[in-house]
Amino acid sequence: MKAVGEESASQELQRVVGAGRRADWVMASIGLAILIVAMGTLISVFADLIHSGWPRLTDPDFYTNFPSRRASDAGILSAWVGTSLVMLVTIVIVIPLGVAGGVYLEEYAPHNWISDFIEVNVSNLAGVPSIIYGLLALGLFVYTFGMGQTVLVAGLVLALLTLPVIIVATREAIRSIPQELREAAFALGADKWQTVRLYILPAARPGILTGAIVGLARAIGETAPVITIGALTFIAFLPPAPLQSDFPYLNFEWLNAPFTVMPIQMFNWVSRPQAEFQVNAAAAGVVLMIMTLAMNGLAIYVRFRLRGRVQ
Amino acid sequence: MFVKMSAKTLRRCGSVSAIAVMALAVSGLTPVLAVDTIKVDGSSTVYPITEAMAEEFQKKERGKIRVTVGIAGTGGGFKKFCRGETDISDASRPIKDSEKEACKASGVEYIELPIALDALTVVVNPKNTWVDHLTVDELKKVWEPEAQGKIVKWNQVRPGFPDQPLMLYGPGVDSGTYDYFTEAVVGKEHSSRGDFQASEDDNVLVQGVSSDVGALGFFGLAYYLENTKKLKAVPISWKGGAPVLPSIETAKDASYQPLSRPIFIYVNRKSADKPYVKKFVEYYVNPKTAPKLVKEVGYVPLPEDAYAKAQSIFGKREIGTVFHGSEVGIGIAELMARERKH
Repeated sequence: MKAVGEESASQELQRVVGAGRRADWVMASIGLAILIVAMGTLISVFADLIHSGWPRLTDPDFYTNFPSRRASDAGILSAWVGTSLVMLVTIVIVIPLGVAGGVYLEEYAPHNWISDFIEVNVSNLAGVPSIIYGLLALGLFVYTFGMGQTVLVAGLVLALLTLPVIIVATREAIRSIPQELREAAFALGADKWQTVRLYILPAARPGILTGAIVGLARAIGETAPVITIGALTFIAFLPPAPLQSDFPYLNFEWLNAPFTVMPIQMFNWVSRPQAEFQVNAAAAGVVLMIMTLAMNGLAIYVRFRLRGRVQ
Repeated sequence: MFVKMSAKTLRRCGSVSAIAVMALAVSGLTPVLAVDTIKVDGSSTVYPITEAMAEEFQKKERGKIRVTVGIAGTGGGFKKFCRGETDISDASRPIKDSEKEACKASGVEYIELPIALDALTVVVNPKNTWVDHLTVDELKKVWEPEAQGKIVKWNQVRPGFPDQPLMLYGPGVDSGTYDYFTEAVVGKEHSSRGDFQASEDDNVLVQGVSSDVGALGFFGLAYYLENTKKLKAVPISWKGGAPVLPSIETAKDASYQPLSRPIFIYVNRKSADKPYVKKFVEYYVNPKTAPKLVKEVGYVPLPEDAYAKAQSIFGKREIGTVFHGSEVGIGIAELMARERKH
């Protein structure tokens, strides 16, 4: 009798384990299928763009020419320079502000209804359509402050757009740091700022950088807010170079220069009647994707290096 | 060692960005454009022409004069123009009364110059065998607001057409093209049924009509001429006249009506006194070079004497517009001869 009871208990155990394994297997297959569909779509779109844009992608003039009425002469020089400069402004503004905002809300802010209110608003701002930011920037920066339609304003509007994402990511990253780390720092006599600077921020960096990647990847592809503030489409000169040979070596006039960006140039080419412009649009799409990947690659590299340091 | 170095580099990056942030504040509001720059903004329909002109003009001036062109749309362009922010506004329709008021309020006077023609082309699928022509009244029946949800089959357009679902395609309601078509066909600007496939990108419309046997759509002539194998243009009959097929010739001689329209640039009167703006506008309407460039980008050039007339209008700085209230189907020669009013 006893042996039979034991046997049925072990059969029961096997059944439970088997069911668990099957459930695991089903979930893993669903996950894999979704991953394959998502990556497959992305890769086939990318491959299609490369295929259609190949004649222009392999033409060095494409990267060094200004826009032109002839598709075969038209290039993306003003667009890629514009996008790079605008993203530079965005990064320089949004990372310090976003991280500072996240640290304040998580480490310093008192827990009362005001910080709850701010928290709800920050989360909601992340979901506001980008054109609204464009209208805000047009009214505030361009007309009220009279800053004009410049690289600086475009960088500011994209920074505003990215700010909520970075604040939320910073908070999440800080929240995941064990309380013991803070206690250990305090026990060693560190004050709050030292704790944040020397322990919290380094430990939160990987999470913050992930948030920055997500936010900036969205910003680099935005067209609507940049058109709203008055980005141009045809511009056959570059902003003044940021570096110069004589003192003070850095030149910030480029911030006030008119500009265009990659998505606008692409949008314009896509809507042209002549089929040759579609080739240019595809090639510009590939370049934009590579720029995004390069930016992400840089962030991942930095994250990798820093992770090594923290441990 | 290596790790240490990267930390140092990072710190340096940090201080560079701190300097940059400070400099953002300092660099504030110093104007950057030392070189003479002509600012153009407005219609994306007119954009390819202005782009071609700007490209050639800058080449001719060897970079001493710069031209920038935006695509804020005809309405968006006029908003900036009437604030005095741009020198020239691209427009795919004449200036509206509300825009005239805005310009007047801020003291902006303008010179209206037609620079090319466009023929709005009504298209169907190449497999559509039943349509040989359409009258403007039939188009009105299809597109007017009352048709919404009611006119959904081809046999409702004209008895004798098959019992085939009718699918409509048209440009977005913010475009000057949509404004002009509704004015010419429905009789009231910006008024049509809402249940049609709208797209800001005309290539999407081309795609839609070419893959749908029951489709009916409209857009600028250039999009038809680039896709003659995928689309069939419909001859249009107006006021009981013989049906006319849209083409460069029928737009030029004004026989394709009421859907051929002039497109314009508006020049700020004050900017016209700047020598570099004057030079650019004179180049833009030069009877020798303009027709070739306009044709190259897919538009219908004005007759040559019309460019000469435009030059003389600009030379005399005749301000104001020849358009007052809703008007369609006027030949370019008559337009050029009219007196300009504020």
